Amino acid sequence: MDVMPKWADVVLIPVISLLLAAILSALVILAIGENPWNALKIMVEGSLGSTYGWGYTLYYATNFIFTGLAVAIAFHARMFNIGGEGQAVLGGLGVALVCLYIPFPHWSLALIAASLGAALFGAGWAIIPAYLQAKRGSHIVITTIMFNFIAAALLNYLLVGALKPAGSMEPATGKFLPGTHLPSFQEMFSTADTVLFRGAPANVSFFVAIAACVVIWALIWRTRLGYEIRAFGHSESAAKYAGISPTKIIVISMSISGALAGMMAINNVMGEAERLVLNAVEGAGFIGIAVALMGRSHPFGVFLAAILFGFLYQGGAELALWTSIPRELIVVIQALVILFTGALDNMVRMPLERFFLARRRAAKPRTKLTPAE
Amino acid sequence: MDLLTLLQLLDSTVRLATPLLLACIAGLYSERAGIFDIGLEGKMLAAAFMSASVAYTTGNVWIGLLAGIGASLVLSAIHGVASITFRGNQLISGVAINFLAAGLTVVIAQSWFAQGGRTPQLAGAARFNPITLPFADALRDVPVIGPIYYELISGHTALVYVAVLIVPLTWWILYATRFGLRLRAVGENPAAVDTAGVSVVGLRFAAVGICGVLCGIAGAYLATALQAGFTKDMSAGRGYIALAALIFAKWKPWPCLWATLLFGLLQALALRPDLIQRTLGFSVQTQLLDALPYILTVVILAGFVGKAIPPRAGGAPYVKER
Repeated sequence: MDVMPKWADVVLIPVISLLLAAILSALVILAIGENPWNALKIMVEGSLGSTYGWGYTLYYATNFIFTGLAVAIAFHARMFNIGGEGQAVLGGLGVALVCLYIPFPHWSLALIAASLGAALFGAGWAIIPAYLQAKRGSHIVITTIMFNFIAAALLNYLLVGALKPAGSMEPATGKFLPGTHLPSFQEMFSTADTVLFRGAPANVSFFVAIAACVVIWALIWRTRLGYEIRAFGHSESAAKYAGISPTKIIVISMSISGALAGMMAINNVMGEAERLVLNAVEGAGFIGIAVALMGRSHPFGVFLAAILFGFLYQGGAELALWTSIPRELIVVIQALVILFTGALDNMVRMPLERFFLARRRAAKPRTKLTPAE
Repeated sequence: MDLLTLLQLLDSTVRLATPLLLACIAGLYSERAGIFDIGLEGKMLAAAFMSASVAYTTGNVWIGLLAGIGASLVLSAIHGVASITFRGNQLISGVAINFLAAGLTVVIAQSWFAQGGRTPQLAGAARFNPITLPFADALRDVPVIGPIYYELISGHTALVYVAVLIVPLTWWILYATRFGLRLRAVGENPAAVDTAGVSVVGLRFAAVGICGVLCGIAGAYLATALQAGFTKDMSAGRGYIALAALIFAKWKPWPCLWATLLFGLLQALALRPDLIQRTLGFSVQTQLLDALPYILTVVILAGFVGKAIPPRAGGAPYVKER
């Protein structure tokens, strides 16, 4: 059945897709009259060349790990959660409510409570489309798109109304209470003599993200629920026959997905901005799609892909700073990655499969023919 | 609310509904042929950019319109190749197209015009200008009918009339021509169409192509008629509202017109919160008006008010039996 060796599926196809995306991006850079090699150097230098750059790269990566895992776990149940953006917006609301009104004695308690708040709100926002898909048959992709817009309108409403401190003109909440301040990498790793990660927003939630990778890995491959999710994703009718309830799997996997997307807010809202502003998510919910596709829906792959996209994000910002290439170039790269690893997967896969088949055929007759001769 | 204010409101409803209607009908062709298209937004955006920049460069809006349609068709071709030829996931392809357009338009606009991802303001022949229909001025002072004809029906750009004419045309094509019958069949049961000796691939590419042309007109309308030039992300979720309208209209042409007019009215009201305050006596949050199309669509999809059943073969690539 398996035409290709596993390493080709897991490593070769994503790498080829990534190369295609990189080549096309280089052509775009060439077309607008800049030097792609030079651009790559600026990106690498700006995102990996200093602890400051790493601090930003890992900060972005933290966001993308959460949203990437969110999309990945839904993929395992063969659902396409395009609503990460809205779920992350609601997660931010959960964090804000916890951090604005509860005086915490220590950040660790605040982190636990805020994570719970973010996860609950994100999951709550994902459960409605999940329930509608499971019980009423409405398409989850369409409903989650609609829920992204509804979430944006809801947040807009709250930030110009109930959550805005009196006398402020800006659509944002007030500053969170001091007990909720998460330690940044600068505070964690700098010594008196050497200052590391100066001013970069990476913070302790990066380790929460890594923990989430491990937990999701264990959940998917080491628990009964994970088995049921994978079985359901593989074949809905077979899973039903085996006594797995589709409603249960759809609702549970989507709420885990929403919870993960929501938990992104502990990084960007609680860790960085320390207040809730409009558009805090900045498209990370959508980048989760590219990250999950790139990482083949495996938590370790998601981790690597998130670091890659963190590099692209920080590198893209440096590029916009030093050249005339706008930041939106990373949106183009993101689109190409989604296109090649997601929609045009067969374009890369088919010739590779033919190649491996031909090699196997060429290898087989020799071993078979020798005894007959 | 007096007649003139009402007419002004309806007038802006028509203006705002036009791009929604064009994109909605575009989606209708594609989805009726079994190809889901959440890339309407991206195609509109790409067309808006290309039409504005070419119209600015050449000074001729018609060449701009053609360029916009061309840009949209290129994205349609990508969607077709991904989802028809390589049998990829149509939804993921649509997402990729939206991002491709969002990114490329700004990158190219910045390098072309160096104005922060915008095109310069269009003026004169580089824009679609309002058309005064015959007798509009003469009839202007006739009570009731005069103002309605002058304010509401006359005085729009050519593309508005094109959009309205496309509705009966689409109805005729889908329900009275052989092509339309086959197009609908390929979205319901492609195997039957294949058995009858008609090319599923050809029909689907034709549908995706028509979708591209209509999205191109919608985008060109945004940048060269509704506004005077391209700005970053100017489609502002209209592609998704068109998708919502398509579901609302249950994939039928005439209901598409009413659904997009309703959503256009909501957008027009969101621009004039004072009107609601005056007529209803209390204020409605504009955020609620923004969210209403999406909320309505979710309700319709859930089957609480009527049930929207999409074409049966939608979203699934067709694999010929061997």
